[in-house]
Parts: sequence; C-alpha cells; structure tokens
Amino acid sequence: MSAVLAPRPDQGGARLLIGLAVALTLFIVVVPLAYIFWRAFSGGFAVFAQNILAPDTLHAIWLTSVVAAITLPINLAIGIASAWLIARFTFPGRKALLTIIELPFSISPIIAGVCYLLLYGRQGLLGPLLAAGEVKILFALPGIVMVTLFVTGPFVAREVLPLMQAQGSEQEQAALTLGASGWQIFRRVTLPNIRWALLYGAVLATARAVGEFGAVSVVSGAIRGQTMTLPLQIELLFNDLNIVGAFAAASTLTLIALVVLVLKTVLEGRTR
Amino acid sequence: MSMTAALPASGRQRRVLPGFGLTMGLTLTYVGIIVLLPVIALFLKGAEIGPARFWAIVTAPRTLAALRLTMTAAALATAFNALYGLLMAWVLVRYRFPGRRLLDAMMDIPFALPTAVAGLALTALFSENGWYGQVLAPAGIPVVYTIWGVAVAMSFTSIPFVVRTVQPILEDLDHSQEEAARTLGATPLQIFARVIFPAILPAFLVGTTIAFARSLGEFGAVIFIAGNLPMKTEIASLLAVIRLEEYDYNGAAAIALTLVAIAMVLLVLSNWLQARLTRRRVPA
Repeated sequence: MSAVLAPRPDQGGARLLIGLAVALTLFIVVVPLAYIFWRAFSGGFAVFAQNILAPDTLHAIWLTSVVAAITLPINLAIGIASAWLIARFTFPGRKALLTIIELPFSISPIIAGVCYLLLYGRQGLLGPLLAAGEVKILFALPGIVMVTLFVTGPFVAREVLPLMQAQGSEQEQAALTLGASGWQIFRRVTLPNIRWALLYGAVLATARAVGEFGAVSVVSGAIRGQTMTLPLQIELLFNDLNIVGAFAAASTLTLIALVVLVLKTVLEGRTR
Repeated sequence: MSMTAALPASGRQRRVLPGFGLTMGLTLTYVGIIVLLPVIALFLKGAEIGPARFWAIVTAPRTLAALRLTMTAAALATAFNALYGLLMAWVLVRYRFPGRRLLDAMMDIPFALPTAVAGLALTALFSENGWYGQVLAPAGIPVVYTIWGVAVAMSFTSIPFVVRTVQPILEDLDHSQEEAARTLGATPLQIFARVIFPAILPAFLVGTTIAFARSLGEFGAVIFIAGNLPMKTEIASLLAVIRLEEYDYNGAAAIALTLVAIAMVLLVLSNWLQARLTRRRVPA
C-alpha cells in the first residue's frame, strides 16, 4: 500500500485511513447488501420460491413490470423530444422550460405524491370533475404510472441533452441539405450519435421506476393484490411480520439494482 | 444541475431543422400534465388556506415536532456523511490498494438500491435481535424506533453525495502547492488543513448541502426504521401523508409547501456554491 504521487513517510497514516474506510464501508454498505440475500434464503431455496410465488407478491412483480413497461417508451420519447427541442432551437422561455423539466429532481418523491393527491383526490382540484366522469386515476394504474413518470422524467433528457449540445447540429443540417426527411435525419444521424447516452438514461429511469416507493405509496391506495407495486409489497409483508417474505421480495429488487450498477459502469465507459 | 450549464447561442440555425412543432407539443404536453399541473395544485391549495390558518398548521405541536425531528436527524446524518464522504473521497483518490475499484463501486450502492429495500435491511440489522442491534442495545444505544434510526436511514440513502462531489475536485487538484508546502517543512496535517481542504471546500459544501436536502426528503427508508410515533419519531413528510389520509388537505398542503420551501432554499444555496466552485476552477 503506497501513496500515489507523494512518496511521503506517513505509510502508517495511509494504512490507518484505508483500514477505516474499508471497515466503515463494510459495516454501512456491504453487510446490509449481503444481509438481504442471507435473510431471503435463510429458510432454504424452497421457502424463498414459495415466498416469491405467493399470489400477492407475484402480482406485485407483475404490476411493477407493467409500470416499467409503460413508463420506459414514454420516457424515451419525451427525453429525446425535449432534448431535441432545447438543443436545436431557440425560443423565448427555453431556460424556464429546462428548469421545469428538471424540477422533479428537486422535489422529493413523497411531496410529488402529495401534489397528485391534492390534484386528483376526492377534495382535490380536479377531484369532483373526475368523480362526475367516473374517471379513476388515483388508487389505480394511471395514477401510479403518472407519478412514476414525474419521478423518472428528467433522467433521459439529462443524459441526452448535454451530448446533443456538445455535438452540435452540423451533421443534421448537412443531411437536411442533402434532402433527408426529418425522420431519416433522426434515425440515421441523431440516433446513432446519442444511442449510448439514451440507453444509459433509460437504464437509470427504469431502475428508478422499478424501485420508487414514496411517490407511489401516496397514490396507490395500497389495495392488497391490486395496486401494490413490489416496493410497496415489501412494506406490506414487513408490517404483516412476514420478514423472510419481505426479504425475498427485496432480494429481487436488489438483484435488479446490482445489474443496473454493472450496466451503468459499462455504459459510462461508452458515453465518455 | 449539469443540464443548465451551457445553452449554445444558436442564432442563425433557428428553426432550420425540422421537428420544432412536434417536440414542442410533446414536451409541453408532458410537462403540463405530469409536472406542472400537480405542482400548481399544491400552490393553489396552499393559497386557499390563508396565512393565519397556514401558520396555525405549521406551528401546531405535532407539526413542529415532526419538522424538528426531520431537521435534527437530517443534520446528524449529514454530519456523518460529511466526515465519511471526505474520508472515502480522500482514500479513493490518494491511495492505490487492492480492492480500491470495488470500494469505489460500493459508493453507488445506496443510489441503486430502492429505498424500501434499504429501510428493510437496516431495520432488521439494527433491531434488538439484529446483528447490529444485539451489540448496540445492551450498550444503551437503541436505534430502531428512535431518532438515531431515522438518522441511520437518512445517512445510508445520501452516502454518495459528498464522495461524488469531492472526488473529481480532489483528482484535478494541482500538486505544486502541496509540494511547496512540503519543502517548506509543513506536516501532512498542516498541508491538508491549509492547502488541500480550502481547495475542496466549495465542492465539499455543495455535497453536504445536497446530502442534507436529500435526507430531509427521504421517506421510504425512514418509515421502516422510525416506528413513526407521533411527536417522537414521525417525520414531516409522513405527517403530510397522514393528513391526506384524514382528508385534511389543507394540513397536508401546508406541511408539503413548508418542505418544498426548505428544499428550494437549499437548492438555491447549492447552485450558488456551485457557481462559485466553477468560477474558482476556470483559471486553473
């Protein structure tokens, strides 16, 4: 163990600091991570499988997959559209629009959920209107999808926009003068240039969509076997004192998180 | 935030490329329905309450207790993360040792892990018969269902902020001043305090500010470990949700607006610090 760039005589100090950093990280990060799998499989694989295949947990996995499947294409489309709009055109209010697109990153998800209830709830702004039209947004799939879109909205644009700005629009303008249509320009010029950033943003947004708890918990209404996403199901099992079941459900999300980390590392190498 | 950094002055290319109408339409529809409408609902509800009633809600004993708990626990969590983050950034940048890259990757776990999963694992570990609780409880440090538990959950979910803001600045640091200080006979501790720390201070402050803001807004991890006892271990955002469930929309809106106001102040503070940080880095 040696200090880089600085051949200092404080080898002991370096060792002490490295040891402290490793020990703290072990206790704070590594042990909790390992503990999830340890508890999930503490009853053996059969018990684990039984917990995962319990109807309510299975339904939660299904609902979470549906939410992710709906939000991903919308996030991609909106991410590309807003990045294109802001990188390629000037118009009054452009900076303000960018601030609003980024706004969900500065509002905590639980507050986002409260906002949705204040809008669509029974005594909310649009509540009476929805009740009259018998439109169900809250405590149902639309509300869960919309609040997930709120929380995950900025991810794709945040990755794609800086890249589009850095690359400039010379290639696209050249394609335009050569007679390419808008769709052809996007598919042949823009998309190949931004594909890794796009994928990176999509991975981050989807990981967040799958794991979101606070925002979804407010709008879902927590109806057993109906509006419980996987993170909410973990809380339900925990409150039911089915701790091993909760850890089994949690282990699937942890596995997804680890896969996302690996993907992230790979994609970061590509986008830089 | 990085996105605001550079808007190119694109004078003549204005609307040469196709897609202005389409992308503008899509973006405005999305922003309007998903982001603006709900946020406007919050402000309209808040405006409806009136200042006197708003003040009464926010200064009610239960609200004050919740706000105090949230702020204190977030401060405890941030104090820990400031020290731990600084240590991790220093060790990861300055030393080479086996397992360094793995240790670096571990810093991303708290972001990647869903907060409910983190809350579940921490609660089980710190509960009286858990691995950590078994040691801490007999020592007179109960964590679960106390403010310490809230702080533990908050600090876990905001671990990466200080590390990841300080790390790049520490990497780019010019070594000539350090070398000069060393030749002049300064001790390593003196070099750190007088040369290195002042250089990384803005980044360090940005990181701690964001960590504090994130801790204030943390919900998922906290509610598992807190026990959520009114007046004792109930965080402010949970109280807002409880008010909603009681159909007390005014109460919920007032508490939510207070939290948004605090978050906005912290955001402005961190942007201001960030602006100072970039100005300082330009001549280097």
